[in-house]
Amino acid sequence: MSNKAMVYSEVRQAGWGYYGLLAASAVLVGLGLIAFFYLEHTGHHATGMNNQIVWGLPHVFAIFLIVAASGALNIGSIGTVFNNKPYKPLGRLSGLLAIACLIGGLMVLVLDLGHPDRLIIAMTHYNFKSIFAWNIILYNGFLALAVLYVWSMMDYKMQRFYKPAGFAAFFWRLVLTTGTGSIFGFLVAREAYDSAIFGPLFILVSFSLGLALFILITFGLFTWTHRALNDDLLMRKRYLLALFIGAVLFFEAIFHVTALYAAEHSHFERFMLSGQSGYSLWFWIGHVLIGSIVPLFLLLLPMCRGQVRSLLMASALVLIGSFIQLYVIIIGGQAYPLTLFPNAEVESTFFDGVINSYVPSLWELMLGIGGVGVTLVMIVIGVKVLRFLPVSLAQANPDEDTD
Amino acid sequence: MTSNQVNEYRRRFMAGLGLAAGATLAPNFILRSAQAADVVARPDNEPASSAKRWGMLIDANRLTDGGASMVEACKREHGWGNDPQASAEQQPQWMRVVKVTDKHTKHSFTLPVMCQHCENPPCVDVCPTGASMKRADGIVYVNKHTCIGCRYCMMACPYKARSFVHEPLKDQKPHSPRGMGTVESCNLCVHRIDKGQLPACVEAAPHAVIFGDLNDPESRISQALKALGGTQIRADLGLNTGVRYLNI
Ligand code: SF4
Ligand code: SF4
Repeated sequence: MSNKAMVYSEVRQAGWGYYGLLAASAVLVGLGLIAFFYLEHTGHHATGMNNQIVWGLPHVFAIFLIVAASGALNIGSIGTVFNNKPYKPLGRLSGLLAIACLIGGLMVLVLDLGHPDRLIIAMTHYNFKSIFAWNIILYNGFLALAVLYVWSMMDYKMQRFYKPAGFAAFFWRLVLTTGTGSIFGFLVAREAYDSAIFGPLFILVSFSLGLALFILITFGLFTWTHRALNDDLLMRKRYLLALFIGAVLFFEAIFHVTALYAAEHSHFERFMLSGQSGYSLWFWIGHVLIGSIVPLFLLLLPMCRGQVRSLLMASALVLIGSFIQLYVIIIGGQAYPLTLFPNAEVESTFFDGVINSYVPSLWELMLGIGGVGVTLVMIVIGVKVLRFLPVSLAQANPDEDTD
Repeated sequence: MTSNQVNEYRRRFMAGLGLAAGATLAPNFILRSAQAADVVARPDNEPASSAKRWGMLIDANRLTDGGASMVEACKREHGWGNDPQASAEQQPQWMRVVKVTDKHTKHSFTLPVMCQHCENPPCVDVCPTGASMKRADGIVYVNKHTCIGCRYCMMACPYKARSFVHEPLKDQKPHSPRGMGTVESCNLCVHRIDKGQLPACVEAAPHAVIFGDLNDPESRISQALKALGGTQIRADLGLNTGVRYLNI
């Protein structure tokens, strides 16, 4: 964006295309609500969750969206914190995406509670020792900061808040993702978790997942509204994405290698990595191969890397791979039995010593998809009523600054 | 030799053989009828006091049925275990009999496992609303009215002692209401203790279990623990459990 100020506008498209998209997203929300009312009425026995696997598919969706929210704000904050001019025109959209993903994720989390009607208790009774309680505060703060940040970009009178809000959002986001990861990191009892590495690992996952989502949504919105997207700008993100994917793999390698060496974790590692369980298949094929290696090839191989198509493909695979990764962490970690007596085999009427199985029910899938629907509805309505999208990115000059 | 010396000799001999000298609750620790003397009723107008810490010592050798009758007594007292719609995996289980077999020696024993009433309970630390709580007298339980059903405490408990209620329930016991969408676990029969009665499971196995105040050095349980020791499950976690075992 050379000397001209960037111009933003609402989406003008109306008619079938727009309302069709809105209606489709609303249907997803509707599915989620149906599942919620049904489960609220009959109880969780209609789900695949049980007293062994207590967090299921809804939690995978929720954490996926929450982690994506934090990563989506990346683009905006890169622009603000590092004064990276080419990214700035996308700051508003990154704020909208972050807010929409967070609200979608939180909705799933809340609607899956055994007592969603007691949300007010969760908001008023805080146990400050609980990571969960801290997360409630972190989520609320994140929303407030993201709104302030977007507002400061949109309203001339609020401009003085732009920098401080951008910085605050940047740091808040790091703390928030550390907090999300720490939900697992502090569970001393479970071999799958209980590791300080969950905080940083989740930050890296948020980077790659958030960026991939942002690339896909930006491309979708610009194409659909016939706005010019600067291919150069888009393509430069591929190195960033490749870097993030590599970083996630690296951290996971450290995590698993250290766990393999710790005697008390090594059984679990074998369960997770050696093909003993379906989870290791998901891990190696879903997350490592399809979600990381293939995207890296698409992003870096000379024959693919020049094409927008491979970037989009890589981003989509990263989304799928991250979802599988979270599934393996959350469900696989609970499937492995607790160790009551080391070096002994245990059995009981309560599934002690057994690998627990979990088959999500349709209700859980609907609930999770409902959260995605909320995110989509918010984006679709957001870009229509407010000026989130630049009219054109064609004149944005990526060489003005570095990544 | 006095009998004490004989015992000491026997213990060393067994230790020399590499066998644990299986100390068992000796008859002098066992009261057959008047066990309720271990518990004094708490007056209604007095809050639970931190001067006490309730605990339990279970001798696995003396449980001829491995603890099954204790589990049955708990079911009867609190009415769990037969929720009509829940699958086997979804069925709440406040207490269960666990069979343990050493991987190398194949030595095996059974014991009842329930909430261990940890002094430093991870389930209380993680609960966002404070519904999962430890009473001043050491009893850990869930406040049904503030539990939001997030199940984080179930993720945190090392003993799998907690269950989530997966369906609407009818015909509840008035003294132990259970509720769909909340988490529940052994509460040491708090309603009985406050009236000066023993927990239902203890009453069902009077020859194998001692219940009492761990903070009172004169109580039978403290005396027994002092003389015989008492194993904690997963002592390595440093939770200092209120439930201890012999011969496991
Ligand atoms: S055994 Fe589990 S439920 Fe009971 S106090 Fe300890 S952590 Fe809490
Ligand atoms: S399920 Fe209930 S008792 Fe357990 S952590 Fe959540 S709110 Fe607390």
